[in-house]
Amino acid sequence: MNLLDIEDLWVRFPTRQGVFDAVRGVSFSLGRERLGIVGESGSGKSMTGRAILRLIRKPGIVEANHIGLEGRDLLQLTEREMRSVRGKQISMVMQDPKFSLNPVVTVGEQLMEAYLQHNSGSKSRAKKMAIEMLENVSIRNPERVMRAYPHEVSGGMGQRIMIAMMLIPNPKILIADEPTSALDVSVQRQVLNIMDGLVKERGMGLIFISHDLNLVSEFCDRVLIMYAGRIVEVCEADKLHQAQHPYTQGLLNSLPRLDEKCAHLSVLTRDPAWSDAPSVRG
Amino acid sequence: MSDMTLRQWLLTDEPTSRRHARLASLYKGWLTLRSNSMAMVGLAILVILVLTAVFAPIIAPQDPFVQDLSSRLLPIGAEGHLLGTDSLGRDILSRLIYGARITLYIVALVALIAPVAGLLVGTVAGYAGGWADVILMRITDIFLAFPRLVLALAFVAALGAGIENAVLAISLTAWPPYARMARAETLTIRSTDYINAIRLQGAGPLRIITRHIWPLCISSLIVRVTLDMAGIILAAAGLGFLGLGAQPPSPEWGAMISEGRRFILDHWWVATVPGLAIFTVSLAFNLLGDGLRDALDPKDGGQ
Amino acid sequence: MTALEINDLNVWFGHAHDRVDAVKGACLSVNQGESFGLVGESGSGKSTILRAITGLAPQWSGTIRVEGEALSGAKRDRRFFRTVQMVFQDPYASLHPRHTVDQVLSETLHLHGLDNIDQRVKGLLNDVGLGQRFRFRYPHQLSGGQRQRVAIARALAGEPDILLLDEPTSALDVSVQAEVLNLLTDLRRQRGLTYLMVSHDLPVIAHMCDQLAVMRNGEIVEVMSSETLRVGTPEHPYSQELLQASVAV
Repeated sequence: MNLLDIEDLWVRFPTRQGVFDAVRGVSFSLGRERLGIVGESGSGKSMTGRAILRLIRKPGIVEANHIGLEGRDLLQLTEREMRSVRGKQISMVMQDPKFSLNPVVTVGEQLMEAYLQHNSGSKSRAKKMAIEMLENVSIRNPERVMRAYPHEVSGGMGQRIMIAMMLIPNPKILIADEPTSALDVSVQRQVLNIMDGLVKERGMGLIFISHDLNLVSEFCDRVLIMYAGRIVEVCEADKLHQAQHPYTQGLLNSLPRLDEKCAHLSVLTRDPAWSDAPSVRG
Repeated sequence: MSDMTLRQWLLTDEPTSRRHARLASLYKGWLTLRSNSMAMVGLAILVILVLTAVFAPIIAPQDPFVQDLSSRLLPIGAEGHLLGTDSLGRDILSRLIYGARITLYIVALVALIAPVAGLLVGTVAGYAGGWADVILMRITDIFLAFPRLVLALAFVAALGAGIENAVLAISLTAWPPYARMARAETLTIRSTDYINAIRLQGAGPLRIITRHIWPLCISSLIVRVTLDMAGIILAAAGLGFLGLGAQPPSPEWGAMISEGRRFILDHWWVATVPGLAIFTVSLAFNLLGDGLRDALDPKDGGQ
Repeated sequence: MTALEINDLNVWFGHAHDRVDAVKGACLSVNQGESFGLVGESGSGKSTILRAITGLAPQWSGTIRVEGEALSGAKRDRRFFRTVQMVFQDPYASLHPRHTVDQVLSETLHLHGLDNIDQRVKGLLNDVGLGQRFRFRYPHQLSGGQRQRVAIARALAGEPDILLLDEPTSALDVSVQAEVLNLLTDLRRQRGLTYLMVSHDLPVIAHMCDQLAVMRNGEIVEVMSSETLRVGTPEHPYSQELLQASVAV
């Protein structure tokens, strides 16, 4: 049973030079799995994530045959119904926690508010839940973090708090848009492990959007590779290094490697045919 | 066909010369402005105002200073006097048309003095920091603490009534907000990498302020000035109304209202018509300022 | 000959009780024509070292010698700027939004007191692999990689001997990163440049540099050759930890 079905998704932006298609006819479905979407900047990977939640700002246009969530087509919902889908059924974690948390409200208050928004209950229960959530994301002294303001916590801690907040309403799907790009390598791993544990434990679906091929191949079950608004290849994450498409191979080869020394890195030569080829179903 | 290619030439992403690059970016700004219809209304009104001022002697049906006591206080639509006459029998339409010159004169002078002074003080304070910043900004605060019209009144009272002194007085009270704005922008700009980069090429503070910081401050100042224009016109009209600005028989709009107020109950148009003129021009500046804010925003990558 | 020598460098921000020590007792030396890397996580003080050298971080103690000559304070003279130049991390923030490529390069050449500016701008654009058609573009008409090439051209305009590279590719896509790194490799060979490169990315540093220093909390914990890194035998536990995190794939 798929959690999410997307059929022929387009994201368009009208500009002076004509309509710019950021996402061009992408179809895929998400089960209870960790699905990675990789691509370079401008490949439309972030737009795809935002389009699912209908978070594309005007004048952008989202079109699709359907975006099915449990038999409901998200495109048919009113903005009001959509608001209850966001957060409650699908949550999103953004790249930089600094911009996602309200700087003048303590972490605890924001967590409690997130809880009370989706559940009825007393303040003390909300506080208990918030502390429990912080413990879930391996924060050692949650009482202290509850009283802290967002600028007083480190980047990794901030991202863990964001994940905690997104998981409070118990969503079925989590969309993570470059959740660890702003973090150091060692912290990256911690945050990923926490996310991994929570997703598995709760049987959620995860869409993990990233530019980092190695990270995705290590962390996800299945990977969609996007190029110029289309999916050029779908593969099992652990087989990413045997990818067939020249674009994927080119991306992998252009990374500097620790195990072999070379004077020049191989450079990706782009074939115009890649962007004309029809989108692969994922 | 030829203007089609001109359009393409202007919209190119690959300019071929300095002039081409500048024109292309100007044209793109113009297209953004043009897509805002309210701003275009404002711009149209202001263009009409400028044309009126330039061609006042040709357009005006009568001499604005000639009195005709036999036909005083004629209503709107009276023969030969489209907008009626005032208490001395002067044609209100002609006076309005000549008054456009004075309004533009005031606006142009204030727009030349206040933002330039503000920009100088603000960027120097912001870039230099330390003591220079403290001293300059406290002076700004002192000016900011005075009620605007009261300071202008005191100034005019000291220097004598007259349009130039009114302009000076208004400018004197108008510059502090620009200085604060320019300083705030300078503080953000001076810590950016492109300023660091030019410092690493050995550029001195003078060059950095004039060539690198000013161009970025100016767009927001222009927007602010256009939005403030309404207030400046009203302040000038206020001074005129109080008899401290333009002196009779000069057809300054504020002074016209002041003269008309004695008859406001029986002959409403004498004060209302110049009032409407002030209202329209102020509104036009506000509309244009709103549009300019979108067109001049440097963060907009011309998408 | 030593191009750059740093001894017992301390850099701090703020005063008295809210003083933050960003770099503590750092020592390193880079030979002429060598490429030296500084690795560490964010806040380890690696970029601060570059800023202290260029005078952008004014509060420091210790000695910094550039081509044998000791620097002092935050003021740098014209000769320094013709010897040392820097490429910044974020190409989206390091170019003036209202200046065309031509303006950026011409002004830089003018500041260095060079003549024949028109020819030199053309030459610089060719050197960094941007054609003449990019000459009159504004930054917003360029991609990230193209912007970084402009920033490199600007740094090269005064024909410096030493280039400080502050995470020059961390804001770029991997395919563009490969292009920019190749460009930097070629430029170093052609012009005999000395690089001091900062990055959080071990494979990038290992690819670009001969020697590297691992930094943590403002201190250099280990200096090693990139060969040591490749074979995976760093001595300090923190270096091993970093290496582990980078090759866990």
